[in-house]
Amino acid sequence: MSTHGPIATHRTATGIPTGRLAVWWLLASEIFIFGGLIMCFLLFKFNNAPGFEDASMTSTAAGAFNTFVLLTSSLTIVLAHAASERGDTSASFRYIWFTIGGGLVFMLVKTYEYSTKILLGHTLTDNIFWSFYYTATGLHALHVFGGMVIMAIISFDVRKNYNLQRVELIGIYWHFVDIIWIFLFPILYIANF
Amino acid sequence: MSESHAHPNYVKIWYWLLILLAISVAGPMLEIPWFTVMTAFGIAVIKTFMVAANFMHLKFEKKIIWYLLIMCVAFLGVFFFGVAADIMNTSGQQWKDCINDNTCIEQRL
Repeated sequence: MSTHGPIATHRTATGIPTGRLAVWWLLASEIFIFGGLIMCFLLFKFNNAPGFEDASMTSTAAGAFNTFVLLTSSLTIVLAHAASERGDTSASFRYIWFTIGGGLVFMLVKTYEYSTKILLGHTLTDNIFWSFYYTATGLHALHVFGGMVIMAIISFDVRKNYNLQRVELIGIYWHFVDIIWIFLFPILYIANF
Repeated sequence: MSESHAHPNYVKIWYWLLILLAISVAGPMLEIPWFTVMTAFGIAVIKTFMVAANFMHLKFEKKIIWYLLIMCVAFLGVFFFGVAADIMNTSGQQWKDCINDNTCIEQRL
C-alpha cells in the first residue's frame, strides 16, 4: 500500500497511526454533539413536553429506506477499504463512488421528507419535536454531505494509487454517521412511545 | 497504513443488519409500547456494536480507543442524570415551566 503524503497518516506514537487516532478523537467530539442532542430530546420526552405526539407524522417507510441506504453504503465503503488493502485501486474507486451514490440517495429522500413536512406547515419553530427533528437530521445531513465531498476528493487519489490509508479513515467516519442515523431512526420514526 | 488483520465477512454482517432493521420496523406493528421501545432501542444498540466492531474494525483496535469511546458515553450519562434532576423538577417559586406551556421557543426568538 502506498504511504506517501503527510507524515501524520502513517507515523505512530501510540501503536495507532496518528491519522486514524485523529479520526477517533474527532468521533469522540461528535459523540458529545449528537449524544447531547439525543439526551436533550429524551429529557424533554420524559418530561411529557407537548409536541412529541407529532412523531407519528414522520414517514417510517422513508426513514427505514434511508437506514437501508446508509447500512448499504457502510458495506460499500468497508469493501472499498478491503479492496485498497488488496491493492485493487479500481475496485476501491468504484466502491467509494457507490458509497457517494448512497449518500446522494439519502439526501434526496431527506429533501423529499423536508419539503412534504414544510408544506404541511411543520417548520423548525412549530414545536419542540420539529425543532429537534430539523436540528438533528439537518446536522446529520451536513455530516453526510461532508463525507461525500471528502470521499470524492479521496477517490481520485486512490485511482492514482496514492494515500490509500485515507480510505480506511473516511470509512470510520462514514460508519459513525451511519451509527448516528441508527439512533435517530428509532427516536424520530418508530418509537412513538 | 492500517495493520493487516483478517477481514470479517462484511456481506454476511450486512444481511444481519438488514434483518435487525426489519425487526425494528415490525416491532411497533404489535402496538405493545414496551416491546416497541425494546425492539427500537435494543436493536439500535446491537446494530451499533455490529457496525463498530466489524465495519469500523473496533474489535481489532487497541484498547485505548475503547476507553476513549466508553469515557465519552459515560460522560453523556453524567450529563443526562445531572440535568434530569433539574429538568424534571418544575415546582417552586423561581420556575416557569416553558416546556409544558410551549413557550420555550418563543422565549428564545
